[in-house]
Amino acid sequence: MLEAYPDNRLARVALWGFAALVMAFLILPTLVVVPLSFSASDLLEFPPRAYSLRWYENFFGSATWMDALRTSLILGTLTAAIAVPLALLACISTNRLGGRAAATIQGVLLTPSIVPGILLAIGLFFVLAAQGLVGTLFGVLVGHVVLAIPVACIVLVPALARFDWNQVQAARSLGADWARAIGGIIVPQLRISLLSATLMAFLTSLDESVISIFVASGRNSTLPKLMFLSLRDQIDPTIATISTLWTAIVVAVILIVTLRQKS
Amino acid sequence: MKSLPITIDSVRKAYGSYVALDDVSLDIRAGEFLTLLGPSGSGKTTLLMALAGFVRPDSGKLLLGDRDITRLAPNKREIGIVFQNYALFPHMNVLANVEYPLALRRRRKAEARQRALDALARVKLDGLSERGIGELSGGQRQRVALARAIVFEPRVMLMDEPLSALDKNLRETMQYEIRRLHDDLGITTIYVTHDQREALTMSDRIAVMNSGRIQQIDAPQHIYDRPSTRFVAEFMGEANIIAPGLARRIDGADAPRETLMIRAESLHLDASLAGRDGVALDGTLRAKAFRGENWLLTLALDGGQEILVCIPAALAGGCVELAASQRVTVYAPAQKVHVLPGAMA
Repeated sequence: MLEAYPDNRLARVALWGFAALVMAFLILPTLVVVPLSFSASDLLEFPPRAYSLRWYENFFGSATWMDALRTSLILGTLTAAIAVPLALLACISTNRLGGRAAATIQGVLLTPSIVPGILLAIGLFFVLAAQGLVGTLFGVLVGHVVLAIPVACIVLVPALARFDWNQVQAARSLGADWARAIGGIIVPQLRISLLSATLMAFLTSLDESVISIFVASGRNSTLPKLMFLSLRDQIDPTIATISTLWTAIVVAVILIVTLRQKS
Repeated sequence: MKSLPITIDSVRKAYGSYVALDDVSLDIRAGEFLTLLGPSGSGKTTLLMALAGFVRPDSGKLLLGDRDITRLAPNKREIGIVFQNYALFPHMNVLANVEYPLALRRRRKAEARQRALDALARVKLDGLSERGIGELSGGQRQRVALARAIVFEPRVMLMDEPLSALDKNLRETMQYEIRRLHDDLGITTIYVTHDQREALTMSDRIAVMNSGRIQQIDAPQHIYDRPSTRFVAEFMGEANIIAPGLARRIDGADAPRETLMIRAESLHLDASLAGRDGVALDGTLRAKAFRGENWLLTLALDGGQEILVCIPAALAGGCVELAASQRVTVYAPAQKVHVLPGAMA
């Protein structure tokens, strides 16, 4: 894009400046929480007048927060472990089916990401209530899997569209059943897309708050739910601490994945 | 290695209103090299994919030996397939590609390795076993695909235009080598191509297909010299289809009343027809073109129909002097004149 203005230095500087402004606007609000988390004050204040690690101690020392963290990590892992294989199989079948039927099925698969989260959460609440699953980890997991499947599909559909299907036919003719053709031929070649899909599914679950607020309860509360509740009830810099840790973890994971892809 | 015959019995396959295979029946002998030849859309690849198990016929039966395989899963058919784009596995090296079918059969590692190396030696790829697929040339990939398809000793080989991606010289080398491999292994082979020269060179028999039907099945020479339909005649080479009444008999008998098929290279230029046996055609020269090994003349017969005459360059002394619009008489010996059956008028 920048090559389109090779001679006009002013336009180039302006473009870079504008891009930098947009980036700053996107990133700075996220980074504000970092100094807040190191505050010594009882209140969220910016800039902090004194620094300390007391809110980190508070977070790691609290059984409630630790339970929520554990729940969130378990949920994220299970969500990715269930949603990605399901999404892969669904995408393989729609890829093979082709035509209008496949487009319809893909559309249905993507609806959870289009429908407003609150509607999905209310609907899920009633379905789970009928089964007596409200408040269980399983109930939240179902909701998160439903949300993560479209996310994984968005990553996997184009990857499968590029895949040379003759290879699967070759594997089949050489003696592989479906499971071994998928496991031995498709999965290894799609590993980068599958890794991205897994990461996205994990983060979808980790980030999700609406379904958790409706469905999760007690020891099964997720971190985002607890954060939301604590914001409502009592504002203290623990929230900033969690946000900072959260951001650091996500950035680290994405950096590791990106660097591994390059090498 | 024991190879098996294949029976294709009244196989039909339609996609909506498009009929890909229209009641096809074909018997392929054990150990035979049979080519399915036809233009694109003729149904030859559909038939091959039905044998492989990737296309399920709407009706009809496929037998491998005595066994009905119509509904058998592809991985249970024990059929080696070489795909047009080779379909090698890019995440495995050459050896792993060739070992793959043996690994699926849970052969011991050492045995699998030895058999894979033997198969690679058979296709003259010794020493490349540790290469990645991306480091191979087109011809080498072709050989890996062949080795992978024969290593598990299938009873039938299917090849789907395996040479179409190679350049001309390499294609001719590989034609010879595939045929030699077939002769060494004695494995029943069905080969799909749209290249009539390739079909003629390689096959024991050729089945010419068009519009989902088999037009003719015969030995290459018979297909070429004695086509049973106009389509086969024209598909197999430069064919002149001569309407009744346009040719005259050299011995003066009544002109043939059938439609004749005479290959361009069966027609000769000769001033004197005396004492010859066959048919002569009179016309005017429309065009002449030098093609290296031969001259191609276009004649307009007196009825208006145009015919092609192919004169080997070695015998074409007179061609150079021929001028446009000059009257020319050509003749074909009797054994090269083929009456097209069922093509009256």
